[in-house]
Amino acid sequence: MGQRTVAETIREISRRHLEENNGILLGQAVTAVGWVNNTVPNVEGIIELPMTEVAGAGIAVGAAMVGRRPIFVIRFQDFLILNGSPLINYAAKSKELHGRSTPIFVRALASEGIGPVHSGVLHSIFMHFPGFRVCSPMTPGEYEQAWRVFMEHDDPMIVSEHRDSLQNTDEMEDATHEKADITLYTISSPRFAVGRAAEMLHKEGIICNIVHIVWLKPFEVMGRYLEPLSQSKLGLVIDASFEICGASRSIAYELTNNTGYPVKALGLLDKTKCLCPPYQNKVPDTQVIYDTVMNILQ
Amino acid sequence: MRSPTFNVPPNIAKQFPSELSLTMFERMCMFRYFELGVIDAVIKKEITYPVYLSSGQEAVAAALSTEIRDYLIFAQHRAHDVYLTFGGPPERLRDELLGLSSGTSQGKAGSNCLQYHENGISMFGHHGLIGENVPQAVGAALGSGKNTVCIFGDGAAEEDYVFAAMGFAATHKLPVLFVCIDNNLSILTTVDVRRSWSITDVARSLGMPAVDVADDPWAVIYHTRALSNNLPAFINCYVCRGYWHVGIGIDATPEWDRYKKVEEELIRLGHEEAIRVINEKTRRFMEELWDRELLLKPLEK
Repeated sequence: MGQRTVAETIREISRRHLEENNGILLGQAVTAVGWVNNTVPNVEGIIELPMTEVAGAGIAVGAAMVGRRPIFVIRFQDFLILNGSPLINYAAKSKELHGRSTPIFVRALASEGIGPVHSGVLHSIFMHFPGFRVCSPMTPGEYEQAWRVFMEHDDPMIVSEHRDSLQNTDEMEDATHEKADITLYTISSPRFAVGRAAEMLHKEGIICNIVHIVWLKPFEVMGRYLEPLSQSKLGLVIDASFEICGASRSIAYELTNNTGYPVKALGLLDKTKCLCPPYQNKVPDTQVIYDTVMNILQ
Repeated sequence: MRSPTFNVPPNIAKQFPSELSLTMFERMCMFRYFELGVIDAVIKKEITYPVYLSSGQEAVAAALSTEIRDYLIFAQHRAHDVYLTFGGPPERLRDELLGLSSGTSQGKAGSNCLQYHENGISMFGHHGLIGENVPQAVGAALGSGKNTVCIFGDGAAEEDYVFAAMGFAATHKLPVLFVCIDNNLSILTTVDVRRSWSITDVARSLGMPAVDVADDPWAVIYHTRALSNNLPAFINCYVCRGYWHVGIGIDATPEWDRYKKVEEELIRLGHEEAIRVINEKTRRFMEELWDRELLLKPLEK
């Protein structure tokens, strides 16, 4: 177990950026109760935006255009629907169009089980558009790496956070086995459920490789992804966003294309996430992962 | 409200030095001849990409270019006039319109996404969502602390994020000069059909000084001087778009032709010979720029 939580890591990265890099942090109600789950430091350089989603994102993009490398906080990923246009139409295009980059670090927080407008995971949408880096760090070390990549490059970055990860102090290692029956690739919050699912499956005699995916775009097809699949000859990509046109299917396609082995996808159903059970359309949990693997192997 | 003389002080041109008036005219002239070259190139199918012409509206940009210096520039989709009057090289714009690697964005962006960041000019490109440049300009002013001019149209003024960004600039007292190029048209739908309110009143209600004025360039300078020491501020300029929203067609005879009016005023002020020389020199320069032989040469795409 590490020393720092993900939330503490984010807060410290933000503090360093604001105090040492002439950085700027913008968002709505970021200094209100809880300071966005205690991820925002109480230092100079924080701009409280009014409740103006599109304008707010445009203002943040403008700050990026003059080199401030803003951290732009979106408290619920569902709000990316409104905040998206300046990011998609401007920040992501400017480097290819004009040779001028617009580096902005978009912290988009996801949640689970709090209804139709606060439980969304929208990183797949941003994978669709050229120009973004998209990642979903769930550990302190992964978050530090995401920040390092942002500062080393000049691309706008969508950081798909999840509230389920904020108190996490542990790093997550891949788990591979010589005679695995299936390789489970996991993205975002299902990463916290996949270990228990693998244990349940093991009791049924099914051995699972577990491979964690942080970087969704660019998705670099590397040995760490391919080797377990070459051995298990069957894969499943599990994500917290919608399955249709989503990260799980897109990455499953890439893996199949590169190996010739079948890789299935598991994400949210094509249904609105509602407030109460059984209509919540929840992120794949231990049981759903278990059931899906059992079905695939039958 | 809307007229060629609205809020234009009487005999305003006389209050300005001849050198400034002729500089302003020279920029308008250079711009007009450039766009005549564009039109010719479109007719001859040398330019095959969409063009957003500013002819008819250029007096405002020419006036601003003589008055505000070292501003960050956030222009709209119709920005040939801003680019050229603020000093962007004509050949780089020509090449951009032709889709050449020597263009302002290596031929990748085109007429409605003009940007230029050389020779002391900081003009950021527009990406086609009208009014998107308003929050960006506000964010750039916030991030840099630099004076910033943000130019947008009367259609963009109706975008919700434009109000919100102007309000943010007022709240934080950011150094932004907002300029609305009010040609009364969204494609072809006039302002009175689209809304019952005035963007100038909105700007005032947000707490910034704001004026409506016709596109008389001397009047634009006059009001800009009054406002630029009290930013953020807003100017709504009544102009007449000469050509289609996109393309080289003409919908109807414009209500007025400011270029002609400026020429007439300069003649009244005794500058007939000077404007003849400017016209002739500019015409020759642009003929060379748009030289048919040159354009027919194999071009590096």
